[in-house]
Amino acid sequence: MTSPTTIPIHLTINGHDHSLEVEPRVTLLDALRDRLDLTGTKKGCDQGQCGACTVHVDGERVLACLTLAAQVEGRSITTIEGLVEADGTLHAVQAAFLEQDAFQCGYCTPGQIMSAVACIREGHAGSDEEIREYMAGNLCRCGAYPHIVAAVRQAALEVQS
Amino acid sequence: MRDFSYLRATSPAAAREAAALPGAMLLAGGTTLLDLAKCGVAEPETLVDISHLKGLDTIEVGEHGARLGALAKMSQVAGHEGIKSRFPAVSEALWQAASAQIRNMASIGGNLMQRTRCPYFRDPANFPACNKREPGSGCSAIGGVTRGHAVLGTSEACIAMYPGDLAVALVAFDATVHLGERQLSVDDFFLLPGTTPEREHAIQPGEMITQISIPASAAARRSTYLKVRDRQSYEFAAASAAVGIELEADGRTIRDLRVALGGVATKPWRARAVEEALKGKVLEEDAVRRASLLAVEGAVDHGANHYKIELAPRVVARAILKTGAMA
Repeated sequence: MTSPTTIPIHLTINGHDHSLEVEPRVTLLDALRDRLDLTGTKKGCDQGQCGACTVHVDGERVLACLTLAAQVEGRSITTIEGLVEADGTLHAVQAAFLEQDAFQCGYCTPGQIMSAVACIREGHAGSDEEIREYMAGNLCRCGAYPHIVAAVRQAALEVQS
Repeated sequence: MRDFSYLRATSPAAAREAAALPGAMLLAGGTTLLDLAKCGVAEPETLVDISHLKGLDTIEVGEHGARLGALAKMSQVAGHEGIKSRFPAVSEALWQAASAQIRNMASIGGNLMQRTRCPYFRDPANFPACNKREPGSGCSAIGGVTRGHAVLGTSEACIAMYPGDLAVALVAFDATVHLGERQLSVDDFFLLPGTTPEREHAIQPGEMITQISIPASAAARRSTYLKVRDRQSYEFAAASAAVGIELEADGRTIRDLRVALGGVATKPWRARAVEEALKGKVLEEDAVRRASLLAVEGAVDHGANHYKIELAPRVVARAILKTGAMA
């Protein structure tokens, strides 16, 4: 078998530029975790069904497992590592998840938080019903949903005020 | 996932040329294609990335109707004010589909190219027989677990269900797919399985969806998409209906009616028999329930999907009554 062909790509992640060589089939998720040591973004189903790998591309929430790394060259990527401020202050959604105890095992949490930040920004966190609908793409196998909804509701109020 | 080469297209013409080569496939949002590549179903040799092409993502809505650029995202069309006011069923079909993340990724053109979710089709390692994947190899679904399979438009070769929502609303309102110069009705764009289930769309190598247009109509303006499913959100339809109604000036007689079904057929399914039975009639519940039974004329079940034959007419009737009650 011949060695796989790699291509050079340049990614902008959390405001920092990264240059790397990848096979064209490498997903953004694998590039983040295996090549750039940004392991906050989680691999759950790897099939676009669970939302654990949610990141932002140009400010919009997407699934890193169904995005090729090569495809997002030239776009701005934000991961869970990029939410915290330089002085260590947590994002309002991160703080609300802690305060509301919105997790058990924590594996889905980075994806939940990235999704919630976008959900609030989109204006889709106006009621518990709306939060449940627009957070439906993030599964929690522990079943922490009531606390997740409470955290998103709290953060939405804080962000909007 | 087998490796492939990656090419970023710089113009629609270059994309079409590259995509015409053997083993090449167009890549837009990637939500179907990369998923199927991971399943071992799609095995492209080259992916031609069209997601960076300019000018193909515009959404125009006016008196004539709507023009949706092929690269507009599902979320952009679902949230567009003109679509929400003139084509509510289209907006509702979109936001009830998939998840917020997937709607931000998936393009409108790619949405029409979505493949079936038949679990036998998606699992080549365990189920080598699939006429859709390997023509002539047989169908693992027939005689298998069929709860999610089609009851309308099936053949002896394939009973895979068409899983999408948007196209159901599009066929109800006579939308057109633009493949560059060539145009096809959305209804004709989707093919019945017949003896060639491997062909799902009337698109040729080297062709690319550039636009979808929907003519304006009073029925589209007063329309609903009703989706019934096993869980409340982020789930494919057990049965769904896109319905649009235009009433006469008396406010109770049906002048125009559009009905299309999702979740029950091998392609987006226009239910013209229901439409014809109710046009010119007064909109009242008994007549609507009787006419809605025509939606499943000719339906064939394969055991576990029998419930769809009972469910679909109820979904159609509820959607018609709900749309009729709209202001």
